[in-house]
Amino acid sequence: MAEKGVKVFGMWASPMAIRVEWALRLKGVEYEYVDEDLANKSEALLRYNPATKKVPVLVHDGKPLAESTVIVEYIDQAWNDGYPIMPADPFDRAQARFLARFAEDKCNAALFAIFVATGEAQRKAVHEAQQCLKTLETALEGKRFFGGDAFGYVDVIVGWIAYWLPIIEEVSGVTVVTDEALPLMNAWFGRVVDVDVVKATLPPRDKLVALNKARREQFLSAAA
Amino acid sequence: MAAKEDLQLLGLAVSPFAIRVRIALNLKGVSYENLEQNLMDKSELLLKSNPVHKKVPVLIHGGKPICESLVILQYVDEVWTAAPSILPAEPYNRAVARFWAGFVDDKLFPSMVGILKATTEEERAAKVSETLAAMGKLEEAFAERASGKPFFGGDSIGYVDLALGSTLIWLEAVRRMFGVAFIDAGETPLLAAWAERFREAEAANGELPDADIAVEFGRTLQARWAAASAAAN
Repeated sequence: MAEKGVKVFGMWASPMAIRVEWALRLKGVEYEYVDEDLANKSEALLRYNPATKKVPVLVHDGKPLAESTVIVEYIDQAWNDGYPIMPADPFDRAQARFLARFAEDKCNAALFAIFVATGEAQRKAVHEAQQCLKTLETALEGKRFFGGDAFGYVDVIVGWIAYWLPIIEEVSGVTVVTDEALPLMNAWFGRVVDVDVVKATLPPRDKLVALNKARREQFLSAAA
Repeated sequence: MAAKEDLQLLGLAVSPFAIRVRIALNLKGVSYENLEQNLMDKSELLLKSNPVHKKVPVLIHGGKPICESLVILQYVDEVWTAAPSILPAEPYNRAVARFWAGFVDDKLFPSMVGILKATTEEERAAKVSETLAAMGKLEEAFAERASGKPFFGGDSIGYVDLALGSTLIWLEAVRRMFGVAFIDAGETPLLAAWAERFREAEAANGELPDADIAVEFGRTLQARWAAASAAAN
């Protein structure tokens, strides 16, 4: 009997997993969400993603896919008569993929570096992050979202920052984004958290703060 | 004969990321101007076309730059839609191809570069293990996905073939430098046979310089890293 339907293996505090939920909800697709304990991964997760063993994993009619950016593009194509996530024009698509890749490679690393560091190392990481966000910001000029008027691919991939960064700032005791330094980013943050699919899926703030406080403490004591 | 396109490629003969774009353009029968770059003295055009990373390859089409090799491959496939297709048309197969190409770039290649960068024997051994493990996963992927066809892409070279095939000269360079074979008829028989076919394919064989050129480039990189590290200390 063929497996039917859509399943997402994720973790409630994972920004990568939330992207997949946003994409599915933009398309109006019903799905079952499996919240993984990353310290004790399910047999199903390991069977569906033996290559990297990570979340998120999407299983569509029994066929598994890993890597959130790959999954989001897949969702856009598999339900291609729904909400358009990717731009239509090939050059615009190339720009969107480039920006998403930049955000993943450079911005994520910088934000993580802020989270696990203190003192001088942390100051440098804050500066790095601000530079990355400045680069991203240039793509927002004259637009409400990276996708233009509507929430699009880059917004789905990068949008987690709108909710997670203020939490990282609070837990790490730094300020990264201000209205003076990054006005377009700041304004975009406000718009992102107001998007319906985002509002419907964001994890509770106090729970996320508590988790990240504990994780930061773990990193700092391991480094000491 | 394809019409002349306003198309330039800023690349480097020895860069796997540029090699894969050249092979893709050959597959599509698209003509372009190949502008070999000097990474020690970056051109105005390169800095203007890729201000964010200042890296090759950059494809410039009608004056508009596209950066990041996998982004370029997808762009080429979407603009020049005549056969052969680089990516599968079917969404699931397309996504699986994207996953494995990403795996080459995010897991295999960085581990391999780590072998070059390693400053201790321990570090080097760890990176060698990582690279071998990644190659093992790719061998499994080929067994599962190619289903008896000559390439990951099926009958002709596709996206994953381009991603992995373009690293062959570097895998060979690292073998010549450190004595470890990553593609080996004993351990990875399917990939060993695939590598032969890739190297001999018409679209590819003019674009793969001898591995000794990569060895030389590798030694230059090692010297630069050592100098930078000494300067920092």
